[in-house]
Amino acid sequence: MKVLSYLLQKEFLQIFRDKIILIMMFGLPTMQLIIIPFAMDFDVKHVNLVVLDNDHSGMSQRLISKINSSGYFHIVGTAASYRQGLDYIEHENADIVMEIPPAFERKLVREGRQEIGLFIDAINGNKAGLGSSYLMRVIGDFNEDISLRFRNEKTSVSNAGIQTENMVWYNPHGEYKYYMVPGVLVLLLTLIGGFISSLNIVREKEMGTIEQINVSPVQKWQFILGKLIPFWVVGMIIFSVGLLVQWIFYGIVPAGSFLVLYLFAGIYLVALLGFGLLVSTFTSTQLQAMFVAFFFMMIFMLMSGLFTSVDSMPAWARTISNLTPITHFVKVVRMIVLKGSGFADIKTEFLYQFLFAVVLNGWAILNYRKTS
Amino acid sequence: MKEKVIICKQLTKKFGDFTAVDNISFEVEAGEIFGFLGANGAGKTTAMRILCGLSRPSSGEAQVAGFDVYKNTGSIKKHIGYMSQKFSLYENLTVAENIRFFGGIYGVSAREIRDRSAELISKLGLEKESDKLVGSIPLGWKQKLAFSVAIFHQPKLVFLDEPTGGVDPITRRQFWDMISEAAANGITVFVTTHYMDEAEYCNRISVMVDGKVQALDSPANLKKQYDAKDMDDVFYQLARRAKRPAE
Amino acid sequence: MKQLSAFITKEFYHVFRDRRTLLIMFGLPVAQILLFGFALTTEVKNAEMIIIDHANDISSQKLISKFGSSGYFIITSSTEDKAIDQAFKEASAKCAMIFPSGFGNDLLRGKGAKIQLITDGSDPNTAKTILNYANAIISSYSQELNPLPAPSLQILPVPRMLYNEDGNGSLNFIPGVLALIMMLVCTALTSVSVVREKELGTMEVLLVSPFKPILVLISKAIPYLVLSLANFVLILLLSVFVLDVPIKGSILLLFLESMLFILTCLSLGLLISNRTASQQTALLTSMMGMMIPTLIFTGFIFPLDNMPMVFQWISNIVPSRWYYLIVKSVMLKGLGFEYVWKETLVLFGMTLVLLAVALKNFKTRLS
Repeated sequence: MKVLSYLLQKEFLQIFRDKIILIMMFGLPTMQLIIIPFAMDFDVKHVNLVVLDNDHSGMSQRLISKINSSGYFHIVGTAASYRQGLDYIEHENADIVMEIPPAFERKLVREGRQEIGLFIDAINGNKAGLGSSYLMRVIGDFNEDISLRFRNEKTSVSNAGIQTENMVWYNPHGEYKYYMVPGVLVLLLTLIGGFISSLNIVREKEMGTIEQINVSPVQKWQFILGKLIPFWVVGMIIFSVGLLVQWIFYGIVPAGSFLVLYLFAGIYLVALLGFGLLVSTFTSTQLQAMFVAFFFMMIFMLMSGLFTSVDSMPAWARTISNLTPITHFVKVVRMIVLKGSGFADIKTEFLYQFLFAVVLNGWAILNYRKTS
Repeated sequence: MKEKVIICKQLTKKFGDFTAVDNISFEVEAGEIFGFLGANGAGKTTAMRILCGLSRPSSGEAQVAGFDVYKNTGSIKKHIGYMSQKFSLYENLTVAENIRFFGGIYGVSAREIRDRSAELISKLGLEKESDKLVGSIPLGWKQKLAFSVAIFHQPKLVFLDEPTGGVDPITRRQFWDMISEAAANGITVFVTTHYMDEAEYCNRISVMVDGKVQALDSPANLKKQYDAKDMDDVFYQLARRAKRPAE
Repeated sequence: MKQLSAFITKEFYHVFRDRRTLLIMFGLPVAQILLFGFALTTEVKNAEMIIIDHANDISSQKLISKFGSSGYFIITSSTEDKAIDQAFKEASAKCAMIFPSGFGNDLLRGKGAKIQLITDGSDPNTAKTILNYANAIISSYSQELNPLPAPSLQILPVPRMLYNEDGNGSLNFIPGVLALIMMLVCTALTSVSVVREKELGTMEVLLVSPFKPILVLISKAIPYLVLSLANFVLILLLSVFVLDVPIKGSILLLFLESMLFILTCLSLGLLISNRTASQQTALLTSMMGMMIPTLIFTGFIFPLDNMPMVFQWISNIVPSRWYYLIVKSVMLKGLGFEYVWKETLVLFGMTLVLLAVALKNFKTRLS
């Protein structure tokens, strides 16, 4: 035990003397926490529209002004030909070109129906889908307005239909940041636990300082603990800093218990550190360690439900996702922070994390024994 | 009869088909300064690693500080010191912190660490540097400090792997004075070096060629045996016959 | 020239001996493409819904079965209203629907029936989408029961999806993956390669050799340039054959623009290697310091127009943002150089500036 305390002393001294590490550990996460939630907004807010009005009638004017005032669309210009309109799209200045055919008003009143063309830049599927459905909804409203006016018909929904009363629990305003910020906290912990720890150990390997430890009476388990514990502590500190930033900048206070949150974070870190250790046993240079860790981190983070929903994935992807510790923590952190879930609610997840921690660390230690 | 700190009998290490260490046998007595010479690739490092408890022999016997290299590597490590050319001390810890760390992991009590540390620092003249990072002190002092740290826990035997590489002649001289002093205090010194003039300071020398011990005697006797004017010549005569290319 | 090729050969050996890094270098784009192409989606599928049916009549059952067969929802039923909150807390359901006891009767009598729809708002996107789907199913059921006369004046919008007739959801990501990989390989790896020599001390040896120091740098960069091009080809092949995303524009133009971007990344890598003394710093700077801005500010995951103005300005100095635009225009829209000359110029300018600074730094260090 005394040996362990000397090891820990050394590690802490080294960690806190490394300025770069300190910046990376405290500065970067804070920055990320501040930037990422602001940057991550999948909402479709500004759809740029170009109007190709071949009719120039009162009706077309009314349609255009209705679209303009709907708030979703930004009319960036008018075109005199399809080519001109397309030009806007090609130059990324517009998302949709709306073409109103000649004699639009006349034919509409006479025949009762007219088609207008919507040419949509569909590269961004999300934007295209939402943009076009907004537009069609506005046009649908317009249809009712003019039917009312011209034919004096009441086409509004009769009371005989079904009315839905929509309620949104937890985050009623649908603010994206409540969803993202807790997730970014997980990201931070993951970087520390997975990345930096493996880098540190491999560094000792690469520089040969590990030799001196190998000839000494320090036992393998002492060495490993001596590496894991400091990073665990650092990770928990960063988690706390993150929670603080979350409160100060976003006013987010966890609805659930801090104890449960920290408990989960603690076990998650252990699992991740095991992963970092595992990576270090497979690599011999810092470059390799970073790359291998990066590869797995990136895949796991993309699949963790941080950005996109896990349930929407095909079955094979869901299985992989559920086999990674990150997924579960992302889920849990949102549950605790936003919905106030208690320990009983997350106990299955906790068990998973525990298993991960045991498996990853066990595998790493086995490997470490063999290769050193 | 002096205590034998190292006993090797037909020690062999094979890596697949390659026999790095081929049936070597020798003994080292307590308080000796034993020079372990050989060209790169002759098997020196492998042999040393076995004796330090870092590697398991393929066959043969060896005992270091009275402990078996197969079964008691843990005990071996407690009773030896080690200093390598590549690295010994942590560059981003101070002199004092390094001493405390290494003392501590070798089981020296806190009070002893304090006392011996003060003694050591003043002996080396490092009072002003004791709170400086090791990375910032000159190489010569680093080496001397590294040696002192290696014997800080008063081991029976200390292994030195090319300890004076890259250091100026005066510092080398001072270093060897330290080695002599340690030996006089009963610490056996097992040293490898490429500097043949340093070989003259050893009590006995062994020269490894192609995995075997080709010579084992005092410098004076070896020079007589090979009719050489200095150790350089002895070494050259022996190494020339090597079949393995030097790495 | 012979000396340069000797240097370059040595560097190639270094690179190819490191199998693990090589594996990751090519594995990463493959993995990303597979993920983006097949696993990640912003659509909602398999959403668990709890249905509490107090009415239990034909009308409610019919509506429930519509939900069940829609393919979007996984239905579980319950009798307790309380169960909903618990389910949300346990994350075993994302939404719930409650039918009042008089549902069927109210419908038949034309009094208008109410349904309560509750969604878990902690994931706003999913919640919104679920609401949309649910309301759509409900209103089409409503229409079935009480078909409304069509408005007599009808404007019919005819949508045409440009550039993406198949409705492929992964188009957006491919240029992004390209940018990311090149950034990774050229910036991170190159800078580490140079710094490694510095750290090991062999850089001095190279510098005192009778060759111009610039050749040393070039020889370091070349293997990574080649590897990036290989990656470029790999990603294009994957997108055409695995994701069914064709290359609409000129492959030559795409290639040239990619070369330019590779040079930009290499210059950035050299700059980083100049300023850092240890591999660890070089790695952390390029990976964390460069990758994260690239991920965020290129615009392929998070739409740039949604970001606050400050971020949009910042995105202007991120080279991958410009490259992304270029690839989108050339590869996905099939446009020619006339459309991307501005972006190309920006990239070109950035490369010149980065190179100039990197070289100047390098020279001053020598003297």
